[in-house]
Amino acid sequence: MMNWTIAIPEIVLSCLGMVILIIGVLHKKSNAFHLCSMLTIGAAIITMLLVVAGSSGVGYSGLFVEDSFAVFSKLVILLGSLLGVIVSLDYNTEENLQRFEFPVLMLYATVGMMIMVSSTNMMSLYMGVELMSLAIYVLAAFARDDLRSSEAGLKYFVLGALASGLLLYGISLIYGFSGTMSFDRLASELTSLGNTSPGLIVGIVFLVTGLAFKISAVPFHMWTPDVYEGAPTPVTSFMATAPKVAAIVLFVRVMITPFGHLLAQWQQLIVLISLASMILSAFSSIGQSNIKRLMAYSSIGHVGYILVGLAAGTEIGVRGVLIYLVSYVFTISGMFACIIGMRRRGRSVEKIADLGGLSKTDPGMAASLSIFLFSTAGIPPFAGFLGKYFIFGAAVNAGLWTLAVIGILTSAVSAFYYLRIVKVMYFDQQEAPFDARPPALTLVAGISAAFTTLFIIFPAPIVAAASSAAKVIFG
Amino acid sequence: MSQVDFPILSLLTFLPLVGVAVILSVRGEDAVVASNARWAALWTSMIIFLISLLLWVKFDQSNPGFQFIETAEWLPQVGLTYKMGVDGISVLFVMLSTALVPICILASWESITVRVREYMIAFLVLETMMVGMFSALDFMVFYIFFEGVLIPMYLIIGIWGGPRRVYAALKFFLYTLAGSLLMLIALLAMWDKAGTTDIVTLMHTTFSPQVQTWLFLAFFASFAVKVPMWPLHTWLPDAHVEAPTGGSVILAGVLLKMGAYGFLRFSVPMLPDASAKFAPFIYALSIVAVIYTALVALAQTDMKKLIAYSSVAHMGVVTIGIFTFNAQGISGALFQMLSHGVVAGSLFLCVGVVYDRIHTREIARYGGLADRMPAYALAFMLFMMASVGLPGTAGFAGEFLVLVGAFKVSFWLALLGSAGMILGAIYMLYLYRRIIFGSITRADLRGILDLSPREIAIFAPLAVVTLWMGVYPSSFTNFFEASVAAMVEHHQAALAVTSKLAGVIR
Repeated sequence: MMNWTIAIPEIVLSCLGMVILIIGVLHKKSNAFHLCSMLTIGAAIITMLLVVAGSSGVGYSGLFVEDSFAVFSKLVILLGSLLGVIVSLDYNTEENLQRFEFPVLMLYATVGMMIMVSSTNMMSLYMGVELMSLAIYVLAAFARDDLRSSEAGLKYFVLGALASGLLLYGISLIYGFSGTMSFDRLASELTSLGNTSPGLIVGIVFLVTGLAFKISAVPFHMWTPDVYEGAPTPVTSFMATAPKVAAIVLFVRVMITPFGHLLAQWQQLIVLISLASMILSAFSSIGQSNIKRLMAYSSIGHVGYILVGLAAGTEIGVRGVLIYLVSYVFTISGMFACIIGMRRRGRSVEKIADLGGLSKTDPGMAASLSIFLFSTAGIPPFAGFLGKYFIFGAAVNAGLWTLAVIGILTSAVSAFYYLRIVKVMYFDQQEAPFDARPPALTLVAGISAAFTTLFIIFPAPIVAAASSAAKVIFG
Repeated sequence: MSQVDFPILSLLTFLPLVGVAVILSVRGEDAVVASNARWAALWTSMIIFLISLLLWVKFDQSNPGFQFIETAEWLPQVGLTYKMGVDGISVLFVMLSTALVPICILASWESITVRVREYMIAFLVLETMMVGMFSALDFMVFYIFFEGVLIPMYLIIGIWGGPRRVYAALKFFLYTLAGSLLMLIALLAMWDKAGTTDIVTLMHTTFSPQVQTWLFLAFFASFAVKVPMWPLHTWLPDAHVEAPTGGSVILAGVLLKMGAYGFLRFSVPMLPDASAKFAPFIYALSIVAVIYTALVALAQTDMKKLIAYSSVAHMGVVTIGIFTFNAQGISGALFQMLSHGVVAGSLFLCVGVVYDRIHTREIARYGGLADRMPAYALAFMLFMMASVGLPGTAGFAGEFLVLVGAFKVSFWLALLGSAGMILGAIYMLYLYRRIIFGSITRADLRGILDLSPREIAIFAPLAVVTLWMGVYPSSFTNFFEASVAAMVEHHQAALAVTSKLAGVIR
């Protein structure tokens, strides 16, 4: 039974992408960037509605699943992409990057992500990952006249291709030693360590390595600071949100559904990656002076925290991951909206010191950036705190005390460098004011700040949705 | 349970945010905005104080349990509820917070000249956090307010503080954050075990002695930093010296009490075995604090630093009292916390008065102020004597009760604890002599003005409360007598159960 209707959101989004591409090409006026961006935003909203309204089930001969876990993730991903397109509007115009392919590439990356989170087969998993990655390689190098951007694109491409290779190698080992690529069949065959072979375990290790590259977890994080710094800022913003969510959600599904019974085998691996990510991020962020680089290290740390939830390997852990991701997307999008707003005399500035005295020149931006910083540091009452609360609650529940204590201590260390930025904005000498903020950035920063602050008052719906989504993958 | 129908505690907690909204909506010239912000903040905090007087009137002193309870659904799926309520232990701290905030705002009327609007907003947010923390009946809600205090205080020290403010603010934040995060793990562990974070339920949940040890250590990391206990006190002198006067008053008056309150609310009732086990350790640290910091205070040349060290010594007496586990000791600790909140706050205000005039806190720069500032000398003397613990002032009853409680535990504990009081008398009298007596040698001191009407309005209520607490302490002790008795009983019953269990196993 094909049951093709369950993929309607993806199909519609892809078709709309092609339509937007055609409109962009045929548009008589020289520049269709703005129009295409607007259409992309519209397409994303339509897709969100379709995702909400769509039916659930398995289709395409077991390659594709639509369940509440996928729906939850898709909404977060679409939201991240939506915010990504909005923040790029003015930046691209200012930096002369207003080509209509830009939003369309984001759109296809989003299609890839949606396939990723719905995949129930190694083949569809790989297709989704590649569709996403190829679009983002191009986006990273989008400012092609800028040396740093080209370098970032090339670096990302080479390392990303390596990661894809590892992923594929892992998949082929798993297939070779188990004879299937379907998650469900793997799950029913791998009920205990007794019926697994060492080759399969090696395959899982390669799979984890490949995915760790995609989510930039230590020790596979090397590309992140350079790519984040070099890529045009809206692309960095996009890369830090939606694709990360997709890769993590995929990671969770691929570890829990087919290999859930082998938890004892891969838990160690995830614990190590998670610890290394948290510690490296906390200590290497201290010396950063470029805010985009800092964001790269900070995102490595976030991945470390999120993996704590996966390491727990329980329903509570996955719920924590999903809640963390929601707060993460809002906080990071808002933060990048502020970073994109850092422009003086038509040029963007990226040094932390450039924020000096921002609380006097632009109190609104300083206040919202502080909210995001306190949130990422996990200080209540902001959204990031609830994320950490549920993640570490899962770790405690699973008895992963080392992970919980070290995670808590690294978040105290990381508070140091987040506070340093607040210090620069509130306590330091005043720098020249930034250029007037475009309304789109104010909108994104405002929505994100409002969500980050008010989430603590109304967390129940999102926690409930995350709970039911987590329940699904534990079947 | 609740005698009043409307949610008075939530109102007290969130009304300051309404004031914040009002202040934010003010537009216009800088001077106009500043003046409006001052008045809006003062009115908000005064109204809150008046509402909090309802607690004083309506509180049922014979009821040892929680009163004015409010609950609202928050996260029912995971056992988190928004729950507020006060018992005899917390009700007076709520009132202490609401009373000190208008005084701080009044004290900052003229000394804060830059970014007045932000300052007032920070203070009102701080009030929300403090009141919320003392009224929270859910551990998670408590934790949110407990941590939330850090943000406004960090900004108050960092923006309006002295020359080394950035260092002091960061030190304050990171010290307290590192401690509280360990408490978060304990909170998560309790949540995992009990399935709820409701404080009343947790008080009646038994944790195995081994678990208790770890939980106690995690709580200790958080509360000992906040109290602060020696050797974790080093953030306090820095924070006090650099903070503006209003910030110092709140820091000494309310924020230091949060740690001791945490011990009383969580460590002692929820972890009775571990508390009993660690009591000697706490005594040792407290005695070191009492004696060592008193000696350090003697050597200070900066007025604020001296009072900051004296705070550490006074809080050492409080922690001794809490861990005696008898009614006198705990009542004494509570009384000492309240009196220290009023008296240390007043002493920081006294420092603020001369700092506003001469712009230095060097003790050596002063002398002979009695001649030019008689009213100031009188006020300073009263608070100084209260800090020393002179009978008839607020400081006496608390220290006396703690010593009575300590005597029941050990003679040496009481003896060493009282050593701090003698040293306290030495450094405070020495400070007073150097500032107030003698002859005026500096030219700028000749023209110094005595207390202005605004300053008299600040000191008068504090002086009245100081004398009231000294002359008629039972109007305050009556509030917490029943709760303390219930707590002591609960503690002894819990210990009896454990020893019985140990007997069975043996």
